Amino acid sequence: MQLYEDGGPIFVRIAGELADRIADGAVGEGERVASSNELAAFYRVNPATAARSLTLLADEGLVEKRRGVGMFVVEGARERLVAARRRRFAERFVRPLVVEAARLGMGADEVVGLVRDEAASARVTAGGGA
Amino acid sequence: MSAVVSVAGLERRYRDHRALAGVGFELESPCIAGLVGRNGAGKTTLLRILAGQELPGAGRVHVFGAAPLENDAVLRRMILIREDQTYPDLRVRQVIASAALLYPRWDAELARTLLDAYELPPARQVKKLSRGMRTALGIVLGLAARAELTLFDEPYAGLDAVARTFFYDQLLADYTAHPRCILLSTHLVDEAADLLERVLVLDRGRLVLDTGTDDLRGAATAVTGPAGGVERFVAGRETLGWRTMGGQTRTVMLGRLDPRDRELAEHLRLRLEEVTLQQLAVLAAERPESGLTTARAS
Repeated sequence: MQLYEDGGPIFVRIAGELADRIADGAVGEGERVASSNELAAFYRVNPATAARSLTLLADEGLVEKRRGVGMFVVEGARERLVAARRRRFAERFVRPLVVEAARLGMGADEVVGLVRDEAASARVTAGGGA
Repeated sequence: MSAVVSVAGLERRYRDHRALAGVGFELESPCIAGLVGRNGAGKTTLLRILAGQELPGAGRVHVFGAAPLENDAVLRRMILIREDQTYPDLRVRQVIASAALLYPRWDAELARTLLDAYELPPARQVKKLSRGMRTALGIVLGLAARAELTLFDEPYAGLDAVARTFFYDQLLADYTAHPRCILLSTHLVDEAADLLERVLVLDRGRLVLDTGTDDLRGAATAVTGPAGGVERFVAGRETLGWRTMGGQTRTVMLGRLDPRDRELAEHLRLRLEEVTLQQLAVLAAERPESGLTTARAS
């Protein structure tokens, strides 16, 4: 999936943000996604750039065009995006964590301990907020 | 899409100064293109020739399929807004009224909205407006004329960041509703970068770069880190401009990065930064023969 390419052209980044909103459930399956004109105004980009973002999502089979109405999120898009993000989790988050830890002379056990502490406090925060 | 502007082999000389040399490009509609270059690069000369306000020395200049000079049918379909626009002894209201007569697609309501937004007093004499207000008046004319070919020559003199952002938003909104061909000369490239579909870079009268901005982004990367690591990382790639400080080295590398390049950079402890459009334009001007000029995707 070309969606989560780092430092790519701006239309790839906008498509990535739209995909994140689908993955987070902010835009549900069967719902309409923003039009290229709406995206152009929101991101302050050329409408052609915005249109390329939507084309990319359509090429990835995440949205589909309904003639004269707009682009809609297809069934199963969210699940596929979450699976794609899980596959990239180690590469995006764990590897940089381990590399930086190694630079600082921290071992895997110490890192795992910190991850556990962080997860525990995140649960407390999430629980307090709910 | 059809070519609105078609230029080939354009030359312009002022005595022994070559203002434009062998310039050729086409602009189609709809498009927002940026014309970028240092002062004296030839931007204003090119725009004036397109607008029929100056004679080309040699070469072909076609706008809507015909030479623009003294061609009323062509000139009514285009507008050039210049930074140093001068108006005869008129009040703001009178300038607006004459533009309404001159331009067939004039939008009076948009003009009113913009005059209010920029707080331009209709009864004020144009020559008594501040620099920023004169620029704003130019923006009102340029947008409300809704000309099929709209040329803006650095339309931000005396405008602060808020007023410029307002201009970009208005330009984008009006372009979205009424797609047309807009060419905007600017040296604040990065500010307008996301609006531009295409960028033309002029340097000392030559067109050194003409490419889509989406293709250009990510075409070069600044690499910073220990000298040995940087050298290893960029081996076999074209680089521009090396700088060193202590054991740290920084260079700009041409070509795109893949995830394995990023892994190697992480391993070598190098910092990678995207090069902005502004920096790319400077690089293209410095090294017109570099791989940047072929960054255009097919």
